This record gives sequence, C-alpha cells and structure tokens, in this order.
Amino acid sequence: MNELLLVVTIAGERVALAAAAVESVVELDALTPVPRAAPHVAGLSALRSRVLTVIDCKRSLELGDSDCSDGIREAAVVEFDGHHYALIVDLVEDVVEALSEPAPVRAAMGAGWERVAQGMVDTETGPLLLVDVAALIAGTAEAKAA
Amino acid sequence: MDDLIADFVAECREMLEALGGEIVAWEAEPDDRARLDSIFRFVHTVKGNCGFFEFPRLEALSHAAEDALADVRAGRRHPDGNLVSAVLAIIDRIAEMISAIEAGEEMPAGDDSSLIDSLAPGAEGVAAPVAVAVADGQGRASAPRTIRLSVELLDRVMSTVSDMVLARNELARRLRESPTDVPVDGAFERLSAIIADMRDAITRTRMQRIENLFVGLPRMVRDLSAELGKQVLVDIEGGDVELDREMIEMIRDPLTHIIRNAVDHGIEKPAERLKAGKREIGILAVSARQSGNQILIDIHDDGRGIDGKRLVDKAVSAGILEKGDAAQLSPREQLALIFEAGLSTAKEVTSISGRGVGMDVVRSNIERIGGIVEVDSRLGEGTRMTLRVPLTLTIIPALTVSIDGQHFAIPRSAIEEIVRANGESVTLEHLGGAGVATIRGRRVPEVSLAEILGINSAIEERDRTLIVLRPAGGDVYALSVDRIHDHEELVVKPAAPAVMATGLYAGTTLADDGSPILLFDPAGLAQVGGIKLEAQERSARIADGPAAAVSKATAVLLFRALDGSRRALRLAVVDRIEEVAVSTVKDAAGQLRVQLGEAILPLAGAVGAPLGDGKVRLFRLNDGAHEIGYAFAEVIDFATVDNDIIHAERPGEVSGVSLINGEPAELVDAHWLFANHVGAARAAEPMVCRLPSDDPWMQNMLRPIVEAAGYRVVGDEHEGDADLVIAAQGAEVPGEAMKNTIWLRAEPDAAGKKDDSIYRYDRAGLLMALKTAGAGRGK
Repeated sequence: MNELLLVVTIAGERVALAAAAVESVVELDALTPVPRAAPHVAGLSALRSRVLTVIDCKRSLELGDSDCSDGIREAAVVEFDGHHYALIVDLVEDVVEALSEPAPVRAAMGAGWERVAQGMVDTETGPLLLVDVAALIAGTAEAKAA
Repeated sequence: MDDLIADFVAECREMLEALGGEIVAWEAEPDDRARLDSIFRFVHTVKGNCGFFEFPRLEALSHAAEDALADVRAGRRHPDGNLVSAVLAIIDRIAEMISAIEAGEEMPAGDDSSLIDSLAPGAEGVAAPVAVAVADGQGRASAPRTIRLSVELLDRVMSTVSDMVLARNELARRLRESPTDVPVDGAFERLSAIIADMRDAITRTRMQRIENLFVGLPRMVRDLSAELGKQVLVDIEGGDVELDREMIEMIRDPLTHIIRNAVDHGIEKPAERLKAGKREIGILAVSARQSGNQILIDIHDDGRGIDGKRLVDKAVSAGILEKGDAAQLSPREQLALIFEAGLSTAKEVTSISGRGVGMDVVRSNIERIGGIVEVDSRLGEGTRMTLRVPLTLTIIPALTVSIDGQHFAIPRSAIEEIVRANGESVTLEHLGGAGVATIRGRRVPEVSLAEILGINSAIEERDRTLIVLRPAGGDVYALSVDRIHDHEELVVKPAAPAVMATGLYAGTTLADDGSPILLFDPAGLAQVGGIKLEAQERSARIADGPAAAVSKATAVLLFRALDGSRRALRLAVVDRIEEVAVSTVKDAAGQLRVQLGEAILPLAGAVGAPLGDGKVRLFRLNDGAHEIGYAFAEVIDFATVDNDIIHAERPGEVSGVSLINGEPAELVDAHWLFANHVGAARAAEPMVCRLPSDDPWMQNMLRPIVEAAGYRVVGDEHEGDADLVIAAQGAEVPGEAMKNTIWLRAEPDAAGKKDDSIYRYDRAGLLMALKTAGAGRGK
C-alpha cells in the first residue's frame, strides 16, 4: 500500500505532508503569543484541553509571515516527541496517494525548502515536495545551531 | 507497621510478577547481564526491606542469593546451571513466604540452609524444595477496599473531564448569548458544580502529598540508627508539596536507598562525631519543595561526607575509569562517580547497604521519570543529595498576572510578597538603566516583565505592581507587572521544546476558560532579565547550626508542652523524639516513669497535665550518662535564642523566659531536670530522711526538695534508722536522732545566736544542710 499524503499550500507552494503524522486538520482562532520564543512559534492554542504549540510554517521556512488578519487559519495538528503542534498552512487541499518513493530534488531550492524537504514524490496531480514535519517544527533554530 | 508490611508485600508481588519472564530468560541465557541485574535488584530490595520487618528467614535467603549474584556481577564467578537453579529455588521460596505474610499467617516453619548451601560454588544441584503449604486462594484475609488502576486510565479520565469542562464553558457562552429560562440556568449551575467537583476529585486521584512518602522515614531512620549504634535526628520539611502519585512511587525506592546510605555511611558513630568536634547526634534533613517546573527533594546529612579521591581510586581499580581521565575530573565529577554501577566506598558489606547497587539504581530510576540526582559533599562535613523530579501533572498554586492584556502565571511558591510600585514604603530608582526597588528599606533588583518579554506596556511604571520573587536557591528580586488577577490551581504540563528554549517558562496550562496560559520559571525570568543571583546555601542553617551554638546563639527546639505552654529545650540535650503508648507511662518508685523498649526512664514534663489516652510523644534527653524522657504535645520549630533571657527567680523546671521567634517561650532547665529526676534515682542506696507525716507543708513543699537531694523520704511510722530528720522548730524528736536533725523555723529571722534552725524558705541554706548531712554519713 502506498503512503497517503496530505496536500497543503505553504507560501503559495503545494507540498505534501505524510498523512500518518497528521492527527487532524483544525481551524485555529485565538492564539496566545509566546514572548521571546523563536519567531516561527506563532503562539499557543488549545484543542480539546490539550495545549498546541502553533508553528507558522511560512516563518519556519523564512518566507515571510502568514497572513493572520482574517483571524482564522487552517492548521494541521501533529504529534512530535510527546508534544502537540499545529502547523499553520495557507490551505489544506486533499489527501492523495504517493505513487513513488521520495526522490532527491537535484535542482536548487530556496534555503528554507532545502532544510525541510525530504524529497520529491509523484502523485496523481503531479510531483510534490514531501516536507519533514520535524524540520518544520525545529524551524530556524536548528539551522542556526548547525 | 501493617501498612508498611502491606506495601512491602505489594512491592514484592509486583517485582515477582515482573520478574517472572526475566527468570525464565535468565535460565536460558545465564550470561545476560540485564536479566542478572534485575534479579539482583529484586533480592537486594527484599533483603533491605526484611531488615526492618524482622523476617530473618527471608533476609537470610535474599542475603545469600545477593552474595552469590554479586560475585557473578563482579565477574568472580561464572553463572552455571547449578547457580541458576539455586537462585531460582530461592526466589520461589521467597514468593512462598511472601504469600504467607500476605495471608497474615505465621511464617511457615522450615529450614532454608539446604537452599543456601546449594548456592556455594561447586554445590551439587538443588535439594528438592521443601514443600511449604501455602493456602492459595482460600483462607486469605479479606482484601482492603482498594483497587489498583493503571495511571493511563486515570489520565484518560482526567483528559475527558477536562474536555467536559471546556464543553461546559462553551455551553455557558452560548447560554449567555441567548435568552434562557430560569430553570435552564438552574440546571446548568448544578451541572457546573458537579463538573467542578468531579474535576477536583479526579485531579486528586493522581495527586498525593509527599508526606505519604516521608511519613515512614523517621521510623526507618530510628530502626536503622539503632541497629548501627548511631544517633540520628530526622528533620523533615515540605511534606505538603503535592506530587503525582506515580511520581511518589517512583521516588520511594531511590529515597529509601539514599537515606539508608546517609545513615549507614554518612553519619558517624557518636564517639567518632565527638572526636570530629560534632554533636553526637547526626542530623538528617529531608526536605521537599517546588522550584519552577521541578520538585526538589534534598537529603542532607552532616556526616563524614564522600571522599572523592577514594572514589576515583576505586573507579580506577574497578576498571570503570582510565587513569589518565581520572586526573582530569573536577571534584563534582569525582563525586558523580558514586552513580557508577558496581562502585561503593563502603569498606564492608552490611545488611543495610554497601554493595554499590543503590546509587546506580537510584540514578536510573530517577532518570526514567525525567529527573536528575545531584550529589554534593564536603569531606568531614556532610553530604547532600538532591533529587529533581519534573513537575509533570503536578498541580501548582499560581498567581495569574497580565501584561498588555496577555495573561501569565507565576508559581506562588516563589512569591514572597506583592507591593504596589507607588505604595508608600516603595521607591523605584534607575541606576545606569538597572532598576532598583527599595521596599521598606530593603533594596532589591527590579525588572520589568514588559522588558523581559519585549512587550510594550501601556501602563506607567508607577502604576504597576511589584511581585517580590525568590527563585529556588537564589536571591530575591522584584518583577513589575501590569496587573494581578487571581490565584489559581493549575495543572501544568511541559511546553514544547521551542517554548522551553526561551528559558522563561516552566510549562503551559489551561485557564478555566480553556485558553492556554504560560507559567513562568522565576529563576529563568531573573536570568533573562539579567539579574545576578547569588546562589545561597540552603542548608546553611543546618550545616552551621552546631557551630553557631558554640559561638553565640543557642540552638533550641521549640515545642508546646502538655499543659499548652510554649517551651524551648536546648537542642544538644535532645537525643531523639519517641512516641509511646500512654500505658507505658507509670507512676513508679516515687515519680513518673516511661518504658522505652528495655529501658525505664524518669519522665518529666507530664506532671499535672493530662496525658490523654493513646499516644504520648516525648523527647529523650541525654546528658552523656543518664537519660530521661520529657513529654510534650508538639514540636513547633527549631530556633535559636538570641534575645536576652529573663531568669526565673528560683530554680525549677523552667530556668527563664525569652523571646523566641517573636513570642515568649519558657526555657526548660535541663540541668534541673537531670538533677531532679536522675539524681534521686541514681543513688545506689539512698539515704533516708524522716519527715513528719502529719505536716502538710513538709510533705508537699519540702519533700520534693529533699527527694531531689537524693534522700528517700519516710514518715514517722518508719521503723528503721533515718540518716536525717527534719522537724519543725519546737517539735519533739527522739534523742538519738537529735544530732542528725535539721530544724526548720517558720520566721525569717533567727530567734537568737544559738538558734541553728533554718528558715523554711531559705532554699540555699536547706540544700546546704541536706548536703552536709549527706556528706556526714559518707564519712
């Protein structure tokens, strides 16, 4: 059986997340900011009495801020290392089946994409970049530390 | 005691169950180190616990198995089939005995020597196990009304209840928005109250006061120290810190190990202590407190400390450490070697500790729950072990504050006081950009929460509120916040690493309205705010206590006497505290006496006060040669007398009064106590003094003084000779006793020169006369 992928749009680009890692897709309203935290940590939100750490994927990729003016943001909820995170994306599209194993992208991508990319997968709707959730969560801190 | 045994049985059963698979696996593969270790730990635990409960057979069995396994662990012996079978046979026997204990039966009779012998290298196979009748399933004592639940289940219930609270909040919002009937509101109110109750109850199922863990310690230390011939005073603090039940269970063993080690290896024998210039009684201080997102449990003894160099030598000879590396270790790293497996500085193996299990097990147990063990020791001065365990799921009382509309929580344990920045006793100054707040004459560094967080606050500095914080192990500082909101009890969960990386927060929690709140770590705030915290030696009070006693202030134990008065006793004379049944207190041989084990001690402090029924607590006082008991109601505190002492007008149980901790307290005259209670009792053949039986004054007022001076008081009807006669002036005294008579007169002034009588309230004169008469007989 092929792996299922969640297709989302981050910074105008359609990318894929491993669907197995995503618990649910939610719409976030109120965010509690976390002063002094890394820039890609957009804040905290509560989902069913759990605290979600909200990650702004756009900022994690150093591609600017997500537009939060309309107040409602779509986010994919993932659990990583015992903590729950909500990844803010522009749009959640669909779940598709991966038709290939991830293959390295040999062309030069943006620095942010380079860091989070796990490779390119073929789908029915064409090739998509598979994004590593852990790298999104780690954000730029890891890049800086390295 | 029964509780302890039940705990012990439950623990053994659990270990046995867990061990079931390991035993089989070990049998198949005797070289498997991990299996060997867990079996070893089991017998070690059983051995350690048996020491307290007097199960000699269990102890002998487990000790023997432990010895054999220790050899295997140290590589001195190869685990062959015989050894494996012998160990397994012993574990089976232990299981049988534990079943018997659980059923409340007498320990089955039997001889274990064949089992023990079969452990010896080269022994012929295992003797067929002697069948021990175990009534399994029948005739078992009725089980207590408790059940064991998995913590996951509780977690699930708790999370459901939290969801329920959120759903209720949502419903409340909806109800507010739409017009509703009164009955609906009423029903909703009731639902809310029930949910609140339920949440409370569910939360409590997981929380336990750490007291539950501490309550058995004094007894354990007492037994241990008695066995080892040492004197140890246990000082326990912070029992009201609440900790996750599971956490408490996880800490229990490590804590027990550490305390055993402290008593066994740390605290010296009384003679050694005296030689080293310490008090005879070792102090073992156990304290728990909350610090940021951790619970800290300190175990501090004032014993001989750990010799880091010896540890290094041991580690090198045991092959744990390379010689080259050894030279580069810092003192702290040297001490940390005690956590290495198979390393112990104890010279001999005792039944209590000293095999180098213990500390490595302690560390692995604590680390398994995400905690840290730290050790700090000074040779000759003592050792401090600190267990830091995470606060996960612990409930913290917290204060919510806000800055620019955003709410945060501050753990209440760190808050010393809250003052308004524009209050009368507060001045704020800026020196080179740094804030300094002077609060009632005390200068403390001040930081603005807005600055630390990089948030702009709309509120003027003057109008903010200052929270004076004392982070764990640090100095105070003031934090200015916009507004203070509420005290709340929060269930704190660790935050994601990206949030924790700021160093500011201890965790996250959900407020009652379901929105997330960040909990600050006061020490982290200070650090980010650039405040220099000078680490304070928390144990300074304990470590410096004895020295201070010599220099100026006298360390005393403040307590409430049976009659309710506030009294203090010099700490040095208090040997330990005992609790005895009231029935052991008897009026015998002229005074109250209490039976403590084999000894019968004179009992003071109980005269004229009701003992009540049940238990009475008493201090065991020691002057180096004699012991007496002193009954009291409760211990208030340790304190020092640094105020002037107003001396009592005449000697008595209370030598004076002084202000201690701001309130007057009577100082108990230990010398007087011993003089009165021991002096009389010690005279091998007390001298006899005759007092007129029909003179109430003599009997009531004089008699105690005479008895205190070491006389046995008899009445007129006494047939034999009296060494001394006391009579009122003018009374008739038989001729032959005349020369040994003390005459008392009722008037202060003597009638004339020839009058050698003594005024009856001339205490000094009386005592002198009593003494002279006693000395006269001695010749």
